Amino acid sequence: MAQMTMIQAITDAMRTELKNDEDVLVFGEDVGLNGGVFRATEGLQEEFGEERVFDTPLAESGISGLAIGLGLTGFRPVMEIQFFGFVFETMDGVAGQMARMRYRSGGNYHSPITVRSPFGGGVKTPELHADNLEGLMAQSPGLKVVIPSTPYDAKGLLISSIRDNDPVVFLEHMKLYRSFREEVPEEEYTIELGKADIKREGKDVTIVTYGAMVHTSLRAADELAEDGIEAEVIDLRTVSPVDMETIIESVKKTNRAIVVQEAQRQAGIAANVAADISEEAILHLEAPVLRVTAPDTVYPFSAAEDVWLPGTKDVIEKAKAVIDF
Amino acid sequence: MATKTLEQIENQFETFQILNEKGEVVNEEALPDLSDEELVELMERMVYTRIWDQRAISLNRQGRLGFYAPVAGQEASMLGSQYALDKEDWILPGYRDVPQIVWHGLPLYQAFLYSRGHFHGGQIPEDVNVLMPQIIIGAQIVQTAGVALGLKRKGKENVAITYTGDGGASQGDFYEGMNFAGAYNAPAIFVVQNNQFAISVPVEQQSAAKTIAQKAVAAGIRGLRVDGMDVLAVYAATKEARENALNGNGPTLLENDCYRYGPHTMAGDDPTRYRTSELDDEWEKKDPIVRFRKYLEDKGLWSEDKENEVVDKAKEDVKAAIKKADETPKQKVTDLIDIMHEKLPANLQKQLEEYREKESE
Ligand SMILES: Cc1ncc(C[n+]2csc(CCOP(=O)(O)OP(=O)(O)O)c2C)c(N)n1
Ligand SMILES: [Mg+2]
Repeated sequence: MAQMTMIQAITDAMRTELKNDEDVLVFGEDVGLNGGVFRATEGLQEEFGEERVFDTPLAESGISGLAIGLGLTGFRPVMEIQFFGFVFETMDGVAGQMARMRYRSGGNYHSPITVRSPFGGGVKTPELHADNLEGLMAQSPGLKVVIPSTPYDAKGLLISSIRDNDPVVFLEHMKLYRSFREEVPEEEYTIELGKADIKREGKDVTIVTYGAMVHTSLRAADELAEDGIEAEVIDLRTVSPVDMETIIESVKKTNRAIVVQEAQRQAGIAANVAADISEEAILHLEAPVLRVTAPDTVYPFSAAEDVWLPGTKDVIEKAKAVIDF
Repeated sequence: MATKTLEQIENQFETFQILNEKGEVVNEEALPDLSDEELVELMERMVYTRIWDQRAISLNRQGRLGFYAPVAGQEASMLGSQYALDKEDWILPGYRDVPQIVWHGLPLYQAFLYSRGHFHGGQIPEDVNVLMPQIIIGAQIVQTAGVALGLKRKGKENVAITYTGDGGASQGDFYEGMNFAGAYNAPAIFVVQNNQFAISVPVEQQSAAKTIAQKAVAAGIRGLRVDGMDVLAVYAATKEARENALNGNGPTLLENDCYRYGPHTMAGDDPTRYRTSELDDEWEKKDPIVRFRKYLEDKGLWSEDKENEVVDKAKEDVKAAIKKADETPKQKVTDLIDIMHEKLPANLQKQLEEYREKESE
């Protein structure tokens, strides 16, 4: 096994699938010679050639159109949107077209596309780079939305995403790219899409979360433990569809839940999870399901990021609120 | 048939130049009508901007500035075109086009605040007709058609000018902007600063078209390829585009061929991964400041002392602007909640109170 950062695990997953399946193509802005602005595709063009790993002209709608067309002709595209805020340039390509290809053709055509893209706060990017738009994606039927929080998960989930015959939006939190390393098997393995993972077991309160907030929540859980509160931290890993089974199982044990997301409060993943818990487990709940989120502004100009982003303190506060309810 | 048509079009797009690399006039009849004072002022602005760029790069390295896209090598393209504008004309810039909006009136300290990610950086003073630098490549181009049409419909004798790069010319928005402006005969100028690379991707990989200027043909508007290292050519071409726009002759696309000497931005780009030092050297020989200095010195309009004065002034101004940026009150989340809507909806009203409490802790 090797120690890898998340970005290395992501590169490794692409390398694995480029090797396994000659129809896999990796492309986007600056992904070829330059190896991507975060070096996610470092060395891949050299290893697999310019026909399989290549730069595109600068146009996100062009990139997804190309992916859809290549998908129709037997390829398995792994396209990159350089930063996920740029997805607005191709909302039609992603949510209007690839998401509906199977449906529109009555099941005859499909879009075996992985849309990889960095996103996420805390690294002081300019506007429209960090935005948490997973809720928007999750609201587009036909798309799966995956957000890994660890190097190990990233590799297994990305391989599964690439192998999936339907479009998967695979969002990579920038703050996690190089924040830590962990053991990642060099051989191939998959992690089933749509399955959450319990990152910490506990009996007093369930914290449902994903992405960078997994780590914020784990830190909060450590602090809560000092006060004798054992929090269970569930990492969704796939935010659409959500693994409600694992969540409900946990809530039956803890009778209390909070949902933590980096995104704004309104109409997001957390709202959906909270609603589903209420619908499916109301009789097991000792308190309302509370949310920890960012406020409903546009993603902040970077100088205000630190206060805007939910922090450990916010998680602890809400966890205690459902316990003291 | 079709082959012949393409060749005919492509071969028409020769580069418009007035001053060659040695600072010699090669196109006497195109020399713009600029007074000695104006020529000197143009040079001052280029020298000043290069110093400011150097200072910005080093401030960024010290962690005292945020997002920054270097501009050295593009001074003629940026400042020559802005100099051809009227104060009331509108500029719709991309992220690199900060010099144009500062010379159009945005205070330098606000440009620094923008770089730091402070909302006051985007609060454009009322008498300055510029938009905030656009991050989304191409978004400003379509908006330019709208501003231009608006100016025309309001009876203003003004144009809207927008800037993008060679990469930006691949966006659908680029074609849409030109096409709309053409369809409405709106007084717009589209400038593509072709600095040869879009981050790492060379312009040759963006399109099968030999030039970017020829893309004007498809939209039915004027297009011109300009030596973007020649400030007089850029000025003259923009001036002409402006006059045509105001005389009802439609919009123009200008392709200014230039080079960015530095990295794409200060956020970890390494140009040695995709450019050779031979190419860097080749372009530095075309430097806009070197050739214009030579031209002005030959006319007796420029000296080393004069240049040193400008350098000192630029350094002082940058220092003062950073100081002013430092003194600006820190940005709060409540400020951001406040600027979301004209009238705060209930959810944000509640959050405003929550964050007020948080921020007072
Ligand atoms: C819609 C969109 N896609 C991608 C990017 C990321 N990006 C920023 S600059 C850049 C290259 C732009 O190249 P060019 O248009 O030639 O302008 P230059 O930076 O060279 O001035 C890219 C891909 C972006 N900001 N917006
Ligand atoms: Mg460029």
